[in-house]
Amino acid sequence: MFKVISNEMVVPNIHLLTVEAPAVAAQIEPGQFVILRSEEDGERIPLSIADWDRDKGTLTFAIVNVGGTTDKLASLRAGTDIPTVVGPLGNATEIGEFGTVVCIGGCYGIGSIYPIARALKEKNNRVITIIEARSSYLLFWEDKYKQVSDKFVTITRDGSRGVRGHITHLPEILGGLPEPANRIIVNGCTFLMKHTSEISRPFGIKTIVSLNPIMIDGTGMCGVCRVSIASKTKFACVDGPDFDGHEVDWAELLQRRKTYIREEAIPLRTSKCEEHAANRRGNIV
Amino acid sequence: MSEPVKRKIDYNRREMPKQLPQVRSHNFYEVALGYPPETAIEEAQRCLQCKKAGCVEKCPVEINIPGFVRCIAEGDFAKGIKILKEKNCLPAVCGRVCPQEEQCESACIMLKKGGQSAIGRLERFLADWEAAQGKLELPEIPKPTGKKVAVVGGGPAGLTVAGDLIKLGHKVTIFEALHKLGGVLIYGIPEFRLPKAIVYREVEYLRMLGVEVVTDFVVGKTRSVENLLREFDAIFIGAGAGLPWFMNIPGENLNGVYSANEYLTRMNLMKGFMFPQYQTPIKEHAKVAVVGGGNVAMDCARTALRLGAETRIIYRRSRQELPARLEEVENAEEEGVIFDFLTLPIRYIGDENGWVKEIEYLKMQLGEPDASGRRSPVPIEGSETILPVDAVVCAIGNSPNPLIPTSTKGLQIGKKGNIVADEATGKTSMEKVWAGGDVVTGAATVILAMGAGRKAARSMHEFLCSG
Ligand SMILES: Cc1cc2nc3c(=O)[nH]c(=O)nc-3n(C[C@H](O)[C@H](O)[C@H](O)COP(=O)(O)OP(=O)(O)OC[C@H]3O[C@@H](n4cnc5c(N)ncnc54)[C@H](O)[C@@H]3O)c2cc1C
Ligand SMILES: Cc1cc2nc3c(=O)[nH]c(=O)nc-3n(C[C@H](O)[C@H](O)[C@H](O)COP(=O)(O)OP(=O)(O)OC[C@H]3O[C@@H](n4cnc5c(N)ncnc54)[C@H](O)[C@@H]3O)c2cc1C
Ligand code: SF4
Ligand code: SF4
Ligand code: FES
Repeated sequence: MFKVISNEMVVPNIHLLTVEAPAVAAQIEPGQFVILRSEEDGERIPLSIADWDRDKGTLTFAIVNVGGTTDKLASLRAGTDIPTVVGPLGNATEIGEFGTVVCIGGCYGIGSIYPIARALKEKNNRVITIIEARSSYLLFWEDKYKQVSDKFVTITRDGSRGVRGHITHLPEILGGLPEPANRIIVNGCTFLMKHTSEISRPFGIKTIVSLNPIMIDGTGMCGVCRVSIASKTKFACVDGPDFDGHEVDWAELLQRRKTYIREEAIPLRTSKCEEHAANRRGNIV
Repeated sequence: MSEPVKRKIDYNRREMPKQLPQVRSHNFYEVALGYPPETAIEEAQRCLQCKKAGCVEKCPVEINIPGFVRCIAEGDFAKGIKILKEKNCLPAVCGRVCPQEEQCESACIMLKKGGQSAIGRLERFLADWEAAQGKLELPEIPKPTGKKVAVVGGGPAGLTVAGDLIKLGHKVTIFEALHKLGGVLIYGIPEFRLPKAIVYREVEYLRMLGVEVVTDFVVGKTRSVENLLREFDAIFIGAGAGLPWFMNIPGENLNGVYSANEYLTRMNLMKGFMFPQYQTPIKEHAKVAVVGGGNVAMDCARTALRLGAETRIIYRRSRQELPARLEEVENAEEEGVIFDFLTLPIRYIGDENGWVKEIEYLKMQLGEPDASGRRSPVPIEGSETILPVDAVVCAIGNSPNPLIPTSTKGLQIGKKGNIVADEATGKTSMEKVWAGGDVVTGAATVILAMGAGRKAARSMHEFLCSG
């Protein structure tokens, strides 16, 4: 059992969950992920690491509430236990002395790109961080980013903060840099990673993405996480999750992520009133 | 003890009752129902109590077969289970899934007339009898030796090592990557062949003996083997052969194409057949094709059938070469699995949404025997055929997961990605590290994994006591 230390909604629909898992916290590196279950009988879902505290033995995740399991995780209270937190899984993001690196985070990637930016900064890279969202009220951790970035940019679709629009503004941002970027690293939703890769391709800048196919075990046993990289099948959980975005078969990844789209709707169709009523009775006793 | 009475040999092997095919093909309850006590006694009485019992030699863990069978014949079940457990810590499992026809029963002196003793069924009977008594007898544990052993992987190999070493007074911790112990017994073999309650019971027994269990712990990731060696005096690696093979043919990454591991894990470990009560989804498919011909393929096919799909096995050789146990093939046939022999998929074709909708396959004919001694399949030119399906399960084999081999320096690795270990002792190229089971041999059987665990435990014990 793993104890929930805190759980807060940092911006609408994104929750910062901190759990105690000392063995994992002792080992985890930027770009790795864990698999977690919200309850017995629950599904196993992967979450990227957003931060950790080795001394306290804790891990923090940024979770977007999109379905059955993330919804359960969102409702966890401090002090409760969850049955599974296993990791660190996958390979860590390569943190080299690259020169200038652009880190891009959107959606839950606003969480998970943070330790990457921090580690790059510690390696004396020039770190340009871009975080993007639909609107300013969905941006978080700006203070944390300012501390580890040489340049910090926000993009909002509605222009309520920073650049108005999409990651399509990337060329302007790259053009405004004093020297060309040596590498781009993107975390977040599949579309953001795909678009960034398409935009960066003509610039010839190596672009690293953190793929998020469906997973079960996260140890290379089931093969559900297979992705095509330069026309070769790889298991994202053990060969990745980081890959060269210019080599990813994005259409296949997007299609495979939709496998259970119909079934996923089932847990969301109920209002869960009965469950809540039962919980309430439990509290009174 | 009385001398066995001279009597006419009874070649009538007693049948074990089963659920009727038309009933069981719609449920996930166990197919075989086990002997009632009277039948078990009758069956046991047939055994000739051979002095030089061939059956014992063919059992990888050398169970005293005439010994326990005689106890059943005499109605002393309590003593029978004791004899059985001296050598086998998982009798309820082995009695169900051991390929007995190739092992103990193949050497029974009564085999000639097809009347070989039903050793597996009797073993199962005793184990189930004990469970029904509701009280387990715990062996006495000697005083602690002060030595600490780490077991990596909670499959049959690891469970055997843990059981053997705890009984010798060592402190044992099992590290398991998944959230439950049992390995393939829990995530692979379906409920209708091996009820999970039986596996839980065996695991619980080990806990009661004092084995410490750490689940959700991936050795090589959460901690490396080297790191564990700082804390433990010896390590056994029983990580199994979990890496699924694909055929590398076009269309294999379409939606609806599963590895057997994924399909079975969703069903067994994650209880997908109880979705949405259990939260891991599975699809309702109408036409499922399972590629392969081993036990794993049979399990996938019979699972798909129970979920209501028209199910077929696509196998490139003929019925005779099927590597699966005959009993399982017959069960599958009775339940209504369709067998397409001499067919080899060459391509999967998807619909506009990326879902598999057809298999293109070649018809085969049998040529000369190959290295395995089986006649090898040769494609018939121009025999391309299209078969409409909405799911494919690829059950063509597994090899050892590379996680531990690649993360452990100094561990000698074989050509197939397996850990190299001495056959007699399980010793690896690394000091204080032993290995056994599928991770060494490649995908094999439960009882061979247990046999390897037993040998390793013996060697580890010698080592621990010498130092
Ligand atoms: C390596 C990796 C890292 C991830 N990191 C994060 C993170 O830090 N924060 C975050 O919010 N999300 C992250 N995700 C995505 C997250 O795992 C899914 O959102 C989650 O599984 C959805 O589960 P659900 O039951 O709440 O929703 P569902 O309704 O079941 O699914 C919603 C969508 O999530 C995807 N999904 C569903 N089940 C799985 C599964 N078992 N594995 C992967 N994807 C699945 C599917 O595309 C699906 O359409 C990551 C995914 C991967 C593979
Ligand atoms: C569907 C199916 C049906 C089968 N049917 C039969 C049958 O009828 N009869 C028969 O005799 N055999 C059968 N087998 C084969 C048999 O199950 C295996 O040979 C046997 O389970 C091997 O045991 P093992 O202990 O070596 O490995 P496994 O049972 O594979 O157990 C290995 C364990 O190690 C864990 N692990 C792996 N890596 C790590 C790590 N890095 N850290 C921590 N833990 C780790 C795994 O999660 C797993 O729990 C079948 C196999 C399958 C897949
Ligand atoms: S363990 Fe297997 S091989 Fe040995 S006696 Fe039992 S059924 Fe036969
Ligand atoms: S060989 Fe057959 S008859 Fe002889 S002891 Fe073994 S089971 Fe009994
Ligand atoms: S999640 Fe199962 S192999 Fe990657």
